[in-house]
Amino acid sequence: MGSYVPSTLAERQEMLKALGLKNEMELYAGVPQSMILKNGPDIPEGMSELEVGRKVTAMAEKNLRFHTVLRGAGSYDHYIPSIVKYIPAKEEFLTAYTPYQAELSQGLLQSIFEYQTMICQLTEMDVSNASVYDGATAAAEAAAMCRDRKRTVTLVSAAANPDVINTVRTYCYASGNEMRIIPMKDGKTDTSALKEMLTPDVASVYIQQPNFFGLLEDAEEIGKQTHEAGAMYVMGCNPISLAILKSPRECGADVAVAEGQPLGMPMGFGGPYLGIMATTTKYMRKLPGRIVGETVDSKGNTAYVLSLEAREQHIRREKASSNICSNEALCALTASIYMAAMGPKGMQEAASQCHAKAHYLAKELCKIPGVSMLYNGEFFHEFVTVMPKAEQVLKALEDKGILGGLPVEKGILWCATEKVSKAQLDQAVAIVKEVLA
Amino acid sequence: MNYPKELNYSKSHEWIKEENGVATVGISDYAQDALGDVVFVNLPAVGDAVTAGEAFGDVESVKAVSDLVSPVSGTVCEINEELVDAPEKLNKDPYGTWIIKVNEISDKEDLLNAESYEAFCAQEAK
Amino acid sequence: MKLIFDKSVPGRSLSLLPKCDVEETTLPKEFARTKAPQLPEMSETEVSRHYTELCHHVYGVNCGFYPLGSCTMKYNPRIDEEMAQLPGFTSIHPLAPEYATKGCHEVLDTARKMLCAISGMDDMTFQPAAGAHGEFTGVLLIKKYHDARGDKKRTKIIVPDSAHGTNPATAAMCGFQVVNIASAPNGCVDLEALKAALGDDTAGLMLTNPNTVGIFDENILEITKLVHEAGGLCYYDGANLNAVMGVVRPGDMGFDCIHMNLHKTFATPHGGGGPGAGAVGCKNFLKEFLPHSTLMDGKESSQVRSFAGNFLVVVRALTYILTLGREGVKEAAVNAVLNANYLQERIKGSFKPAYDRICMHEFVLDLSEFKKETGVSALDIAKSLIDRGMHPPTMYFPLIVHEALMLEPTETESKETLDMAAEVFHDLYKQAHTNPEPMHSAPHNAYIGRPDEVRAARTPVLQKKL
Repeated sequence: MGSYVPSTLAERQEMLKALGLKNEMELYAGVPQSMILKNGPDIPEGMSELEVGRKVTAMAEKNLRFHTVLRGAGSYDHYIPSIVKYIPAKEEFLTAYTPYQAELSQGLLQSIFEYQTMICQLTEMDVSNASVYDGATAAAEAAAMCRDRKRTVTLVSAAANPDVINTVRTYCYASGNEMRIIPMKDGKTDTSALKEMLTPDVASVYIQQPNFFGLLEDAEEIGKQTHEAGAMYVMGCNPISLAILKSPRECGADVAVAEGQPLGMPMGFGGPYLGIMATTTKYMRKLPGRIVGETVDSKGNTAYVLSLEAREQHIRREKASSNICSNEALCALTASIYMAAMGPKGMQEAASQCHAKAHYLAKELCKIPGVSMLYNGEFFHEFVTVMPKAEQVLKALEDKGILGGLPVEKGILWCATEKVSKAQLDQAVAIVKEVLA
Repeated sequence: MNYPKELNYSKSHEWIKEENGVATVGISDYAQDALGDVVFVNLPAVGDAVTAGEAFGDVESVKAVSDLVSPVSGTVCEINEELVDAPEKLNKDPYGTWIIKVNEISDKEDLLNAESYEAFCAQEAK
Repeated sequence: MKLIFDKSVPGRSLSLLPKCDVEETTLPKEFARTKAPQLPEMSETEVSRHYTELCHHVYGVNCGFYPLGSCTMKYNPRIDEEMAQLPGFTSIHPLAPEYATKGCHEVLDTARKMLCAISGMDDMTFQPAAGAHGEFTGVLLIKKYHDARGDKKRTKIIVPDSAHGTNPATAAMCGFQVVNIASAPNGCVDLEALKAALGDDTAGLMLTNPNTVGIFDENILEITKLVHEAGGLCYYDGANLNAVMGVVRPGDMGFDCIHMNLHKTFATPHGGGGPGAGAVGCKNFLKEFLPHSTLMDGKESSQVRSFAGNFLVVVRALTYILTLGREGVKEAAVNAVLNANYLQERIKGSFKPAYDRICMHEFVLDLSEFKKETGVSALDIAKSLIDRGMHPPTMYFPLIVHEALMLEPTETESKETLDMAAEVFHDLYKQAHTNPEPMHSAPHNAYIGRPDEVRAARTPVLQKKL
């Protein structure tokens, strides 16, 4: 069996002796003895490192790896610079706890302060927290922070990611508040329907930009309507797109949230990802989660600390607006390193190439007879096509190592990032053409 | 510890002064001392209804938060906006720094005078 | 240390992406950003050195003793990292077809089976990303259960006053009223107080066992029975599972659902505050209420985040469990308890335990008498420990002990480390009686002195203005 216990059997005996005990099970004398598992839990015997490495690697090898990924829908295959993989693996970053002891954690606290600054730059908001679990929970937490005694209803666009909608719905159900869906029109949030729905009990409106179908929403118009009705405006963003798209601040958002995975995190079958959350100064104290602030130490030197803690559960207990007490610090660090490595130009380049490659793919696919776009609006790096034999098309692509778009209700939701080359796209298009011929 | 004679006090450590149907509310010297450095005050809005014995806001220190309990029922007619930027005033001058003013008073908690409040604090401190 | 923005030089960059090989496009003006974000412009050398400098001012488990109570700071094995970085896992899209993700499902299924065996539960979800998120998911199961039965009167969740702040905050997030019950003098649940709180409005009880003062509640079977008789369910906060895994099972204690912190008990790294994983297990009758990703499973059900959860964290935990196996899991728990008791025994010559008895994996010191004698507080001791090269214990928790220091050494510390730590505590005890002054301003050898937290909260500076 494997073990990470350093003490030898002799040392254990010595320690037991110091406690006046004969054997280790006497430590559990206070436990109802009927409950004690005589033979341990019903799991296999332990293994050496070599064996366990072999076993888990065998599991990894049962997965099929695609050389080309044309699927997004909330998890995106971007290029991850080499340095972004190495730095977060440094053991100090990896194995530290939440930085409760500022004197021992300045490096970590500063990295979070830098992350918060970068998020403020990207979103043009005033305050970012140290991150939450993922984009979906960030949206759910945003809905909660927007509610007050008089306004309790959350409106969510039907054109948002279904996982996000369902998560917000669950959080609202839990707290006994209502969520209503704003219908879609031509793949986008229906702004005239929204107008009708903005009743005085509405606390916030959530839309996603670009939306689940890749389309660009009339984000400013929706913000204007929302504010006119006295509600708060929450925008779900794609952080890569923000290098070229209007920032949530420019669109009038009160809270900006995002799934941070595109910023250097692998798809990893769904996690860990990063929940980005930022707001304006006005709502600073309603923002949930850890926040790092700058101050000075006893000698007057700059220092960083976990700040505004009186918002949080360990102080407010049942009166806290959220129970969150951790963040995704290592993922936030990863995102910071990604943004530092890419720089403003690299981020713009990645975003522009996503845009260009998705448009190239859409254009080439639509040249194939029988293939057309489901919606006509502007899009960023995802789009929906309608085509016959969708199932066979996707299977044919997979057989050639290409993960095609995601089958959705009325078509296929494609995605192209900067990572795919023209040759890869041409190969995919040729396969589609062949199946449909 | 200071307990001005002209004020009345609640057991939740607010002081109150009533003049011409308007109640002015703040926190006592004892309260600010127990809280430590006040870093933020959550204020109600003008026009909000407050209920005697119920919270109308809270004060935050670095490691604690404490409800502000209204000694009277009525309507908030003024809030001390200075506290938004200078919460430390509650520490420096608790009796010179009011938090809210309430009118349309309909109900009141049982309040203590300075002498009984001082005795009450002495008891609490044990 | 300079901020990364102060190291930025316009024009510097890494060469990461090839030139765009398709026709370039332009975004219509009404959607285009007006001002580019001011991100740092760096060379790869500078990026590398910046973060290396930062990491020199971070204290991790690999740096030394980290007895942070209730956080289970055990060693994080490297093989677990290596497995989580296999491209066969990292490069898998969560919405890839099932036949292409057999390995990922095998990881989840195997981990589920083993964690169910360890906890005595029947099924499990890996959606929750952290302990608090697991609590939310668990209490949500309780809510759904009562709702599905049309039992609308159950509006209260009972939480002992010794509980972590997340427990009442979680109950409140789930729309329940929180009933705090006072603990008995021994730190355990006061049965009379529990009976008085129970009624037909009880939705459930949230409990950790061993509890936050490191004691196994001997009345646990009676407690869960009372709650069930009142029609409520029992939620087990797995924060302290490291003391008993492989020895007893929460399922056998009468609990209906549970969260486990894979980042504590199952050795996955804390990463400076996350990502963790809060696997939530339940008995069969709650199974139908477990959350799912609607995109992955197409089910109409509750959902607490996107996709299947922090999958790569589950890979690490599974690697750990496979390594330890049946005997190793129990060995870890037993030695965590042995180490805690040994350290308590060695320290109690100077500092007084809040509950002087055999503890589980952690114990709490009560420094209130000591503070009266010497003027030195729990905070002063914690900060003085930093100067001695140790991470301080948890301070001022649980709230039911005054001037509390909570120590959890974990099983991965050697006897000589525990002996060293005990010596440091004795030294500080002596110093407090002879030369307390420097302790009030400790630490003296850390990278910074005590930070001004009041200033940070009064005049928040939360980003660098560029």
